[in-house]
Amino acid sequence: MAIKDLLTVTAPAICAVGGTLLLLLDLAIPRGSKSTTAWAAFAVILLALASVPAQWGVSTSGFAGMVAADGYSLFVDGLLAVIAALTVLLTLRYNEARGIMRGEFYPLMLFALSGMMLMGHATNLIIVFIAVELLSIPLYVLCGFARPRVDSEESALKYFLLGAFASGFLVYGIALIYGAAGTVSLTELTAALSGPKPADSALLYAGVALVLVGLGFKVAAAPFHMWTPDVYEGAPTTVTAFMASATKAAGFAAILRIFLFGLAPLMETWQAPIAVLALLSMIVGNVVALAQTNLKRMLAYSSIAHAGYVLTGVAAGGDAGASAVLFYLASYALTSLAAFAVMIALNSGEADENHSLDTYAGLGRRKPLLAFVLAVSMLSLLGIPPTAGFFGKYFLISAAIGSGLTWLAIALVITSVISAGFYLRVIMTMYMRDGKNEAPIAGNWPRAFAALTATVATLGIGILASPIVELINTGIKSIVR
Amino acid sequence: MNELLVYILLGAVSVVAALGLLFSRNAIYAALFLVLNFGVAAVFYLLMNAPFLAVIQISVYAGAIMVLFVFVIMLLGAEQLPAADTGVRIKASRFVIIAGVAVLVASVMYALLTQSSGEAATYASDPAAIGVMLYTQYAFPFEAVSVLLLAAMVGAVVLTTRDAK
Amino acid sequence: MNPINFIVALSAILFAIGVLGVLTRRNAILIFMSVELMLNAANLAFVAFARKWGELDGQMFVFFVMTVAAAEVAVGLALIVTIFRTRRSTDVDDLSQLKG
Repeated sequence: MAIKDLLTVTAPAICAVGGTLLLLLDLAIPRGSKSTTAWAAFAVILLALASVPAQWGVSTSGFAGMVAADGYSLFVDGLLAVIAALTVLLTLRYNEARGIMRGEFYPLMLFALSGMMLMGHATNLIIVFIAVELLSIPLYVLCGFARPRVDSEESALKYFLLGAFASGFLVYGIALIYGAAGTVSLTELTAALSGPKPADSALLYAGVALVLVGLGFKVAAAPFHMWTPDVYEGAPTTVTAFMASATKAAGFAAILRIFLFGLAPLMETWQAPIAVLALLSMIVGNVVALAQTNLKRMLAYSSIAHAGYVLTGVAAGGDAGASAVLFYLASYALTSLAAFAVMIALNSGEADENHSLDTYAGLGRRKPLLAFVLAVSMLSLLGIPPTAGFFGKYFLISAAIGSGLTWLAIALVITSVISAGFYLRVIMTMYMRDGKNEAPIAGNWPRAFAALTATVATLGIGILASPIVELINTGIKSIVR
Repeated sequence: MNELLVYILLGAVSVVAALGLLFSRNAIYAALFLVLNFGVAAVFYLLMNAPFLAVIQISVYAGAIMVLFVFVIMLLGAEQLPAADTGVRIKASRFVIIAGVAVLVASVMYALLTQSSGEAATYASDPAAIGVMLYTQYAFPFEAVSVLLLAAMVGAVVLTTRDAK
Repeated sequence: MNPINFIVALSAILFAIGVLGVLTRRNAILIFMSVELMLNAANLAFVAFARKWGELDGQMFVFFVMTVAAAEVAVGLALIVTIFRTRRSTDVDDLSQLKG
């Protein structure tokens, strides 16, 4: 092991080492001032973020081909670091109010973050497996962090049982791929599969299917989405915000690298199943979201639908598909973070959490800025120009049409129209209805900064779409294949 | 031929133990069935040129993980399971997953029956060889897993300590 | 059938039994034990394939799977103990939030 190898995983390593040091540092921080730990975590994440531009342009693999650093993984690192940094800002007041301002929260978050970043770096399926676990295990604990609140504990147990079940599928799939191809390194797999078909193609296909199931659970794609609404609803809202935006980005980072680059020679085999998953997720997510009266649950179903949109890009394949997926992940992550920031702001008081849509009535008059943030976020999730969501969907649709999946592109448009039913309802509730909820919302500048940054990014990604696509394309060109 | 007989016998024990886990009404019996299954797996590791893994299997799985399971079951007093807790109540929606797994098993069987390859190859698998590989080629996953263990340890402590408020 | 194929076939059966266990059992501890059975099935397959390819790599994977399983057990059992303290039950049907 040399420094050269370590540099291929700079950002995840900073997070893991930072988390470990933070555990020690936290011992010296008195109980009442745990926000110091939060700021230390914020500094670690900024350091990881700073490593991204410093390394931009590299394209190397390290640790005997286990991991790679290229524009693709660096983009994912940067995106995840931004999400995590904003999430830390959101936790300050909320965790205090919910009584979960404990020092271990932030090291666990950093460990999860390092696992998520590793998903984009992994060029070996065994590293993908370890990274999935490294992001999941701290998240199980974070979901249950608000114990002894029953809903938090139940959310953690449910996430844990289904997550462990999914890991079982993932690891058995990896075993079958190893049995069929004799390697689990993505670059070697590409080489092995490019030639004549291996004798054990049945084993290989079964393995690929199982890996897809295992990762499908992580990104909440239908029909593997059953856990999502309950887990999202029960977990502390700051954790939900982190899970919804960062886990999805990390999961898709791994899916992209495995399917679009490692298993690219098998594309005609996996394209149809992924397209079907995309269709199912879009339909289930959007239709069920229509019936929700709780904003947190609604966003959970919306996140299933968005997994479907992103899978459309994966099914489209090729560099165009990869670029559209990365763009959409960035826009979705920041947009949903803005929505969660508003929910966190409304639930950082003394009263119990309440995410019922009724509590948002009259928000437009009471708190115009918060209402504006939520409104922009809803419009972007719906895909209205000039927000990021519009351009995201545009790129996904053109990638899908470009590779002959016109029917899927049409399904994407139709389900997006359906989704107007619930996204617009939120906006109507805020601006058109008079609210009875007059609970004061105390200002908190880190939270306001995070919410505004996410909103500005949502609008900014839309306006600056072409330079960002340019950046993503440079990243994808440098990918280690 | 005798060798195959040993395999079939052990395989039968393994499947019976797994079914015991599936149908047992007593959580402790279920845990012991699982220990038996893991023990048979250790024997298979020995037969498959993996002596070191066989030892690890016994010490980590049977010795640590399953003891922890049995300990928790007894701590919680959850030995006796309700009568309804047997393998008969299956929600209709779950048939999809079951069908999928059936297809999987069938395709694995098909692949194994149609291929003639799979002749045993020999290779060094002593602890020294494993150690060298662990610290060279597999140094990175080794480090990553150590972070994972730390995270799990912190998590377990966070979840179980009572707050001194 | 040669020994390698026999063990892979056995691992497929064990994996299927593990999946069935997760789907039919109602007790969180037993669901979790079924997941362990699934992971163990994968380990058996890895070892058999390591012999097939004549590589030590397959055995290395088993190491990591075992370590991950140990980490999962630590967190999972801690969760189960915690939830039992508040609710006095480890039956997943008692999860009031199970709407999905």
